[in-house]
Amino acid sequence: MKLKSLLVSLGLLAGASAIQAAEPLKVGFVYVGPVGDLGWSYEHDMGRKGLEEYFGDKVKTTYVENVPEGADAERVITQLAKAGNDLIFTTSFGFMNPTVKVAKRFPKVTFEHATGYKLSKNLGTYVLRTYEGRYISGVTAGMMTKTNTIGYIGSFPIPEVIRDINAAYMGAKSVNPDVKMKIVWANTWYDPGKETDAANALMDQGVDVMLQHTDSPAPLIAAEKRGLRAIGQASDQSKFAPNAHIFSVRDDWAPYYIKQVQAVMDGTWESKDFWGGFQDDMLTLASINPNLPKDVRAKIDATLASIKSGEFKPFTGPIKDNKGNVAVPANHSLTDVELAQVNWYVEGITDEIPR
Amino acid sequence: MIRIQARTEPSSMMKIASPLLAIVLTLIFGGILFSAIGKSPTQALHVLLIAPLADSYNIGEMFVKMGPLLLCAVGLSLCYRANMWNIGAEGQLLAGALGGSAMALYFVDSESAFALPITLLAGIASGMIWAAIPTFLKLKFNSNLILTTIMFNYIALYLLIWAVHGPLRDPQGFGFPESAMFSDATLLPTLFDSSRIHLGIVFAILSGVIGWFILSKTHLGFQIQVFGADEPAARYAGFSSKKLSWLVMLFAGALAGLAGVSETTGPIGQLVPNVSPGYGYSAIIVAYLGRLHPIGAILAAIFMAVLYMGGDLAQIEMGIPVAVVSMFQGVLLFFLLACDFFINNRLAFSNHATN
Repeated sequence: MKLKSLLVSLGLLAGASAIQAAEPLKVGFVYVGPVGDLGWSYEHDMGRKGLEEYFGDKVKTTYVENVPEGADAERVITQLAKAGNDLIFTTSFGFMNPTVKVAKRFPKVTFEHATGYKLSKNLGTYVLRTYEGRYISGVTAGMMTKTNTIGYIGSFPIPEVIRDINAAYMGAKSVNPDVKMKIVWANTWYDPGKETDAANALMDQGVDVMLQHTDSPAPLIAAEKRGLRAIGQASDQSKFAPNAHIFSVRDDWAPYYIKQVQAVMDGTWESKDFWGGFQDDMLTLASINPNLPKDVRAKIDATLASIKSGEFKPFTGPIKDNKGNVAVPANHSLTDVELAQVNWYVEGITDEIPR
Repeated sequence: MIRIQARTEPSSMMKIASPLLAIVLTLIFGGILFSAIGKSPTQALHVLLIAPLADSYNIGEMFVKMGPLLLCAVGLSLCYRANMWNIGAEGQLLAGALGGSAMALYFVDSESAFALPITLLAGIASGMIWAAIPTFLKLKFNSNLILTTIMFNYIALYLLIWAVHGPLRDPQGFGFPESAMFSDATLLPTLFDSSRIHLGIVFAILSGVIGWFILSKTHLGFQIQVFGADEPAARYAGFSSKKLSWLVMLFAGALAGLAGVSETTGPIGQLVPNVSPGYGYSAIIVAYLGRLHPIGAILAAIFMAVLYMGGDLAQIEMGIPVAVVSMFQGVLLFFLLACDFFINNRLAFSNHATN
C-alpha cells in the first residue's frame, strides 16, 4: 500500500514537472456584487476578461460573485487558494481583514486587495484615483447647471467618497463661483430603489445635474424622466439615459490586472499600494454625449488633458476645509497616503460629514 | 378534476416519502438545468451537494455556516409552534451583534477571563430586548407581530450601520465603517487548530437539544404544542397565552442575539456592516425544513449550510454563474417544502366537477 502510493506520487511528480512549463497561471477574483450589476463588479469582471484576452491560455481565471463581506469572505478566499490559484484579487473593501488572514495562511499565493490599506509580504493593494474623474465631472456639472445647484449621491462616508465629493465641488467651483452642492447619503453601493429615491430627493431640491458614487444606473434613469442631467459611474451607462447622460467615468481594471499577472509570471511582483488614474488608462471618460454645448466639451477635453499629463492635480494647495482650517498648504499636492485619510469637506460645502 | 383535500391525519408514508420525492424532482430539474447551460449535471450536483462535505476544511466551514442558522431556527421553531409569527430573527441577530460588539470594544484592551462571558451575555440581552419590544406591542396593543418584527429588522440594521460609522468605528481605520479588531480575550475560542469551528457552534447544537427538551419533555412545551394546534382549547385548559408568548419570543431573541454576537466574536472578529447575509431570514426556511422541530432544525441547518457552500464551490470549480446556482437552490427548497404539503393534504381525483 505504502509502496504503491509512493509510486503514484512519484509518477504524479514527474508528470507535474513535465507539464509545468505549459501550466497556466491560475488567477482568482472575488466580487462583492453580481457581475451583472453594470457597475463595480461588472467592471472588475471586464478587467478579468481583458486579462484572459491578453494572455490567452497562459492564464486560467475563476471568479466568485455576490460574496457577502462577513464571515463568508474568508471561506471563499480560502477555497480559491486551496483550488490552486496563484494570484487572487479581492475586489471590495470589506474583504480586507479576511484577505489578510488568508494571505497569512497561504504564503506562496499572491493576494491583491482593492481599496484597502493593509499590506503584507504576499498582499498588495490597489485603488483608483476616482477623484480625478470626479473633478472633471464637477467642472462639467458646474458649467451645465442652470439652477446653480448640483447633486451628489454618496454611498458611505469613507475617505474615498469624501475625497471625491471635495474634488467634484472644487471642479464645479473652478468654473462657477456661485455653485452649490447638495449631498444625499444612500448608504449602499448598489440598490436601484434607494438610488432612485436619493436622486428624486436631490432633484426635488432644485438639483439639475447629478453625480453619483453608487453603481446602478437608476439615478440616470430618474434624471432622464425629468429631463435633467447626470453623470454615470464606474461603467458606461449611456444607454440607460440617452439624453440625460453627460458621460460616464469608467473604471478600467484590465491594464492593472495584466501588469500584475505579468509581474507574478516574471517573479517580479512585490507588495505595494498602487493608485491608478487617467494616466494609467484605468479611468476613461466613456460616451461623452454629443448633445453637450461646444464650450463644455472643450473644457472637458482640456481638463482631462491636463490631468492625464500630470500637469494638474486636483488636491493642490492652498485648500481650506469648510471649518476654515488649512487642509492643504500652498504649493503642496496631497500624497497618496494623505489622500487616503481625507476626512474633511472643502470650503463652500455647507454640510457635515455624517459621523 | 383535481382537488386538494386535507387529510384527516398526517400521512406517515408521506412523512418519509416527501423528502425522497423532493430529491428525485430536484435531480431531474438539476439535470435539465445544468445540461441546458452546457455543464455536466453529475459533476454539478456533486460539487453542489457533496463537495461541501468532502474534506475536513469544508466540514469545518459547514459548521461555521450552520451555527447562526441553527440558533435562529430553533427559536423560530418554538415561536411558530406557539403561533407567534416572529420574522424578526434577523433584527434580533443584528441587535445581538451590535450589543455584543459594543461590549467587546469596551474590553478591547482587557485580558480578563470575564470579558468573553460578559460580551456574550450582552449579545444575548440585546437580542432579547429586540424581541421584547414587538412582543410588548402585540400583547399590549394587539399590533401585527409580522409587521413589527420586520420593521425592527430594518431598525436594527440601521442602528448597526450608524454605530459602525460612528461611535464604534475603528479610530485607526481611515474612516472605513468597521470596528477595531477585538482583543483575544473577547474572541470565541476555536476548537481545532486548522479550522474556524468555534465555541458558538457548540452553543448552536446545544440550543437544538434544549429546544427539543423544552418542546417534548416539559409541561411548557406541551402548552406550546397545544397552543399551536388549537388555541381555544389551550385557553379553555387555562394556559396563559401571554406568558407563553413572552417565553418563546424571549427565547428566540436570546438565541438570535447569541448568533449575532457569536459571528462578530467568532469568525469575523470585529463589527462590520455586513454581519449577516440574511441568516435571520434563511432561518425561517430552516425552521420549516426542520418541520418546526428543534432536532429537525439541526439537520435542516446542515443542509442549508451545505447548499450555501456548494454555491460558492460551483462557481470556483465549474464556473457556474451565481444566478443559476440560486435558481437551483430555490427550486430545491420549493420541492422540499411543497412535498411536505402532501403530508397533511392530498390530491383528490374525481370525474366530474364538484361545486
